Amino acid sequence: MTEPLAPAPALPRHKVILEPGRADRRYWYDLWVYRELLLQLARRDVAVHYKQTVIGGLWAVVRPLVTVVILTVVFSRVAKLDADGGVWYPLYVLAAMIPWQLFAAVLGESSNSLVNNANLVSKVYFPRMLVPLSSVGVPLVDLAVMVPILAVLMAYAGVAPPWQVVFAPLFLLFALVTALGFGLALCSLNVKYRDVRYVIPFILQFGVYLSPIGYATSKVPAEYQLAYHLNPMVFAIDGMRWSLLGVGDPFAGGGWAVSVAVTLIAGVVGVRYFRATEKTFADVI
Amino acid sequence: MSAPIIRVENLGKKYLLRHKEAGPRYRALRDVLATGVKTGFGLFGRTGESSTEEFWALKDVSFDVNEGEVVGIIGRNGAGKSTLLKVLSRITEPTAGRVTLNGRVASLLEVGTGFHPELTGRENIYLNGTILGMRRAEIARKFDEIVAFAEVEKFLDTPVKRYSSGMYVRLAFAVAAHLEPEILVVDEVLAVGDAAFQKKCLGKMNEVAKGGRTVLFVSHNMGVMQQLCGTAVLLDAGRVRVAADTPTAVNEYLATAASGAEYRRPRPGAKPIWVDRATVDVVEDADGCRLNVTTEVVSDRAKSVSLDIRVFDAVGVAVAFAPVGSFDHSREIPLTPGRTRVCSSHDAGSLATGVYFLSVDIADPTVGYFDRVEQALRFEVHVPPAGGNYRRLQQAWGYGNVELPYREHRVEGPSAGVGA
Repeated sequence: MTEPLAPAPALPRHKVILEPGRADRRYWYDLWVYRELLLQLARRDVAVHYKQTVIGGLWAVVRPLVTVVILTVVFSRVAKLDADGGVWYPLYVLAAMIPWQLFAAVLGESSNSLVNNANLVSKVYFPRMLVPLSSVGVPLVDLAVMVPILAVLMAYAGVAPPWQVVFAPLFLLFALVTALGFGLALCSLNVKYRDVRYVIPFILQFGVYLSPIGYATSKVPAEYQLAYHLNPMVFAIDGMRWSLLGVGDPFAGGGWAVSVAVTLIAGVVGVRYFRATEKTFADVI
Repeated sequence: MSAPIIRVENLGKKYLLRHKEAGPRYRALRDVLATGVKTGFGLFGRTGESSTEEFWALKDVSFDVNEGEVVGIIGRNGAGKSTLLKVLSRITEPTAGRVTLNGRVASLLEVGTGFHPELTGRENIYLNGTILGMRRAEIARKFDEIVAFAEVEKFLDTPVKRYSSGMYVRLAFAVAAHLEPEILVVDEVLAVGDAAFQKKCLGKMNEVAKGGRTVLFVSHNMGVMQQLCGTAVLLDAGRVRVAADTPTAVNEYLATAASGAEYRRPRPGAKPIWVDRATVDVVEDADGCRLNVTTEVVSDRAKSVSLDIRVFDAVGVAVAFAPVGSFDHSREIPLTPGRTRVCSSHDAGSLATGVYFLSVDIADPTVGYFDRVEQALRFEVHVPPAGGNYRRLQQAWGYGNVELPYREHRVEGPSAGVGA
């Protein structure tokens, strides 16, 4: 006689009730339960992103560096603008490009994420928010590639990071949250209205000039400062420059409160709109 | 086990149909703005609603499933089977009623959901397993078993885009077969792979069922259905027609499945190319027995397609295949945008007498299906009225459904030489 197999540990039965309009009280818990799927989806995107390209991950370096060169030429040489605190201009631009690239990539990837994963959405259940959230994978890897390059350029220019460099991750987080807030709303809109796909590149193209990437925020006339800060990336970029290079003051003039408010509103609206529409994704996508 | 593991009460699912044939399923903001301007953005009364129609894909559906049961869901195309599975697997929300699930559900509505062609077999096992709800540790534990089941050991580090379609399907099914949910929802995935692999999959499903798990299974293959499922739910136009033991439900289905020689699609298809109407006609004369099939296909594009006609006997077992263009590409059908009518004729002289059902598929040869209309048509082969002096094979005898056409015979042995 062999020992009978020990019975499987009695897990509490997972009871689910499906009803129209039933608010899922376990939503955030479910999101946590499915965290491995979040990682897998992000990992897939990273693994696939530079497949069948010749220079592969170098694209993460080439694109921002070329942008830095162009913006330096246009703003510093042609328009004769100068950087706050006399920082070497390419470095000044690069410190701004880092949060901007993160924002632009997360916004672009997350807005298209649901549509690009339509086969998953219409065939399997999981908390839908995982899809836009997982789209931060590629931008974060690209960011990780940029950081050593920044360090090299800073060393070359002889700039030592000031004490406030410890806050740099917070400003990056701010850029990330801003992008996700808008991204959540845009990706649910995209399910129904494919116009979003064409609007995003347009917004990002203008965003480069509406954000202080090639110039300093102080160049904007004082009477427009508050309105200018309606673009939350102004605060994120000024914050990065302040924490990396020790130039400017992101909190001057109180515009930062406008940026933070816009981000918070975008985040709340994004999450609410996403949750209100996610139940119909499978029917519409 | 007192409480049922699945309880479905008065379940309903409503869709709004827009009356714009073959329009895109998603909308452009332009359309909304245009109708908004026409109706004054709702400020001046609502007028633009006349173009939508309510459609109940499911209505007042109620049934219970007990733990450990294997339940078949059967019904004609458009009866609501897929919608029911989508609601049960939480992909879409019901419009009315309530479903109580007393256990974790894993659904298998498609083989290889989330497989990425650029990733290797190994990477896809992890990705697909996680998508289906497995933990990483669980996948790692079953990894070797999955690989062995799929028979892809040598190609684990090859991107799946280089896999043959058979390998791809085997790998996908292998991952799914190793799920251990309390409730497994399966949609017709056995219609893939070669015969040997299908048998293996059926064995696995049986094993799953014997392990005390609950399985909900949709298929048009009545033979498999009877083999696997103890009870069955027959859906008809979104309602439960019969919920009973499988033989009863299957008989009811076959009695009503395709009552006639004509099929009309109940509502426009959401696909780019779909079968709108089909008829079958059996001609029996001195020339033998011919099956004339007329298929009307609606397409939104110019495309060369093949027409696959599948023939099932009275108990739903596939007995014959009549391809137009699938094997011989010179016979492919050039569709143009709009409606195309295809009339094909097939020699059916070797079929046993009895009742048959026809399925009609429109396919992109060797790539995939645009539309499959399952057992939409019914026809009967009779004993020829002036049948000469031969008897014809009958389905009811159980000797098979096809009489192989006679070629020749010789008699050899001691008696053969007598006359010579």
